[in-house]
Amino acid sequence: MQFLSNLIGGVSLGSVYALIALGYTMVYGIARMLNFAHGDVIMVGAYIVFFTFCSGGMHPLLAILIAMAACTLLGVTIERVAYRPLREAPSLAVLITAIGVSYLLQNGALLLWSANPRAFTSVVSVSPISLFGGQLTIPGNTVINVAVCLVIMVGLTLFVNHTTPGHAMQAVSEDRGAAQLMGINVNATISLTFAIGSALAAVAGALLCSSYPMLQPTTGAMPGIKAFTAAVFGGIGSIPGALLGGILLGVIENLSKAYISTQVSDAIVFLVLIVILLIKPTGLLGKRRVVKV
Amino acid sequence: MKKFISLALAGAMALSLAACGATGTSEPAANNGAASTPAASAPAASDGAATGTLNIGGIGPLTGGVAVYGLATKQGAEIAVEEINALGGLQLELDFKDDTGVAETAVNAYNTLKDSADVIYGCTTTDPCINVANETFNDRFFQLTPSASSTAVTEGRDNVFQMCFTDPNQGASAADYVKNNALGENIGIIYNNADAYSTGLRDAFVARAAEIGLNVVAEQAFPDDNTPDFTAQINALAAANVDLLFMPIYYTPAYNIVNAAQAQGFNPKYFGCDGMDGILDIDGMNPELVEGLMLMTPFNASATDAATTSFVEKYQAAYGSLPNQFAADGYDAMWALYDAANAAGIDADNMSHEDICEALIATFTSGDFSVDGLTGSGMTWSAKGEISKDPVAVRIENGVYVTM
Repeated sequence: MQFLSNLIGGVSLGSVYALIALGYTMVYGIARMLNFAHGDVIMVGAYIVFFTFCSGGMHPLLAILIAMAACTLLGVTIERVAYRPLREAPSLAVLITAIGVSYLLQNGALLLWSANPRAFTSVVSVSPISLFGGQLTIPGNTVINVAVCLVIMVGLTLFVNHTTPGHAMQAVSEDRGAAQLMGINVNATISLTFAIGSALAAVAGALLCSSYPMLQPTTGAMPGIKAFTAAVFGGIGSIPGALLGGILLGVIENLSKAYISTQVSDAIVFLVLIVILLIKPTGLLGKRRVVKV
Repeated sequence: MKKFISLALAGAMALSLAACGATGTSEPAANNGAASTPAASAPAASDGAATGTLNIGGIGPLTGGVAVYGLATKQGAEIAVEEINALGGLQLELDFKDDTGVAETAVNAYNTLKDSADVIYGCTTTDPCINVANETFNDRFFQLTPSASSTAVTEGRDNVFQMCFTDPNQGASAADYVKNNALGENIGIIYNNADAYSTGLRDAFVARAAEIGLNVVAEQAFPDDNTPDFTAQINALAAANVDLLFMPIYYTPAYNIVNAAQAQGFNPKYFGCDGMDGILDIDGMNPELVEGLMLMTPFNASATDAATTSFVEKYQAAYGSLPNQFAADGYDAMWALYDAANAAGIDADNMSHEDICEALIATFTSGDFSVDGLTGSGMTWSAKGEISKDPVAVRIENGVYVTM
């Protein structure tokens, strides 16, 4: 029973990683860049939900919608100001810029909202599910997290495969130059990607802090890195891969905490990642791409 | 593309490592030379009251991430200075410099202060304090820190004294307190294994628990104060039937832990240390989660004795907020300096800082010198500079501290 409980804890943590990883993978799959600031956009989203819902008393759905709108604006602005000028630059330059934006957001939040932690009230009011006569409880948050993850994954897959902007994204992802020649507005498509990724970040922020209530300017950093790992684990660029990678990472992390050591669980997580990448360099569900020169 | 991903991964790992490094305050074994014994030739306590103006150089973070602590030590001290100066007699002059919580800045602040100061008050946090203590030891300045609690601060330096408990001292006291008050049968511990403060307390608690026969049944760790998820740790603690959870950690992870424990139906008694102080000040916190939580803190702002109420009133009038234990430590530190200067008969205007240093060391360690303050009564100091005072535990009831 304890094993099941640890497993469910892992799924709960993993679903949060997966939510964040979906944003990473989306941006990577289409814009071919790692948006390291993604974790910090999540933090901003969580703060906005905190001020509108937790201390402002708004309806949670309205609060999340406001946060989504604000994060979309933030994400598109970041892309326009910091990433677009570097579209033709080497990927290393873009990577460094992304890390810079990440620090900018963290320190901006420190200035604006101070380092004092805040306690988040859960936006989810689903009562826990009790199984086996109360021996096993599944927190309401876990159920909602997994459900939201699945809905978003299915939604994103449908959007990318069955809509015109989705087809444009696929085209940009495959060959930016050719897509442009075919009359696709590459900049607008990448902006749209960032808009969607950042809106997802707001949802992820609200759910992250609903499960784990301490909110600080550094809240997004560690889950952001873990989620990036999850995205690579599942095959970066692959939408179902992000979900699979996130959940697996959460489960591995929790089980190694429970059965090996709480002190080295992070090391084990990264070790598993290294092993997977050695065996399958594209990640679990990643597609091998042949880059023609 | 493969290469790029591995490059990015390396970057991610470096970032996560850097994040770990930031939380683990590693203390250099700072000890340059054997400690000199307290000067026996220093003037012994005389009944002659001190005269003149004692210039106190204060150092602590007034800006930056830990500014809340530095501001408290400065403001608490200022309240005491005002009271002391109103008495006539020895006057105190506090010149407080910002170190932003950074060691290099603290040493720069010290270099600015040392031309005018007679004694050094600070630093607020451990790392800067160790670095400044190295300088004051060589330059022979008397140094009293309100709140730097590591033993590395005073080790090998006869001139540095602490107003707060040392970490090991507090861990051992916590074990004694739990045992003497029969607070729990099956003790569990959860601590941050990357943080010197947390591991220091945990080690001392475990060692003391073994000596006095406390039954520690489970120990769990976490690597980072930003760790969000504690499901596995709580499952393990619950499986071991822990009825009292000792938490030598800061209040931020502690709040996540009590929240997760409640969600998993695990409801032990909680016992924290001074790092837990502040949990009631979290914006938006749910007081029900921490109802009944106990912590060791030297100061309780809602205590009703005359000294505390008077201090709290003055502090609120001057700064508009409730004082915390750092403010109380600062207040006590000024009174300790004042009492010691009087006991040693310091002539602040005519004595050099070296002479003042030796005289104060002799007084602080003399055995019959004790201070009654907000954070304890009958406080004395060992030759190592560590304070001895009775630990006080409080319990949270209806969202306020109640002294146990």
